[in-house]
Amino acid sequence: MSKLTLKTEGNTHVVVTRRFAAPPEAVYRAHTDPKLIQKWLLGPEGWTMPVCINDARPGGKIRYEWTNGKGGGFHLTGEYVELEPYGRIVHVERMHLPHPTPDNHVETRFDADGTGTLMTMRMTLPDAQTRATMLATGMERGMEASYVRLEEMI
Amino acid sequence: MRSGRCPVQADFLLTISKRLYNILLMSETLNLDAAFSALADPTRRAILARLAKGETTVMELAKPFEITQPAISQHLKVLEDAGLVERRVDGAKRPRRLAEAGIEVMDQWLAMLRKALEKNYDRLDEVLAGAELPKRKRGEKR
Repeated sequence: MSKLTLKTEGNTHVVVTRRFAAPPEAVYRAHTDPKLIQKWLLGPEGWTMPVCINDARPGGKIRYEWTNGKGGGFHLTGEYVELEPYGRIVHVERMHLPHPTPDNHVETRFDADGTGTLMTMRMTLPDAQTRATMLATGMERGMEASYVRLEEMI
Repeated sequence: MRSGRCPVQADFLLTISKRLYNILLMSETLNLDAAFSALADPTRRAILARLAKGETTVMELAKPFEITQPAISQHLKVLEDAGLVERRVDGAKRPRRLAEAGIEVMDQWLAMLRKALEKNYDRLDEVLAGAELPKRKRGEKR
């Protein structure tokens, strides 16, 4: 029931869906309250988000800074475009690695699904090449997560 | 601290780095970037769908498409360079087929990306279960 799906769509979209055992209001809040975001939007084990600026209103700024506590880190900046509590968020974001990646336009929907929520996050990249690069970057982070999981087995 | 078990740890770390090295090697050889770019074109996706049914010659491959054979060859070259399609030597013929290794690495890679995202959302499950918001039973996650 908590299964995540990740699909590419057309040439420039990536669509992620996930169900949560909490109503849309709660899931929406966990996506917009910086105190809550800092608890879960962390990527692989071992990373923290010491800086979380999240001004949830149209035009409001987003800035997330991650660190692995060993000198490694990167950050993301963005702006909110539209917010419809508690059903829909539209924002733009880019990673700084350290050069900014092309803008990723993200629409996140929270639909009531029984007593829970179905989240649908639809990312739109400027072109196919950018999407390929973004997915490849995701692989590096995914690999790191695998590494951490293996490490836990020691 | 498990200072007394250093040899075991070292052994494990060696295994891990070997594994990571292999993954890196594979992704470099197969060039995932190129693989995803190759998939960005509808004709190339259709070619892959056709090849998924079995190997075939370039001429047969061109039949269902309203484009010339050289154009198909060009698409095939992109797919071959990306490690998704390979050619077999059969006398004078060069039938094309799916390169299983390339397809498999893309699959594995998507699975890994899914896992990384899943980690975030597992944590969000816990945040939602513990938050002073409408309560839900724990133990439902995973």
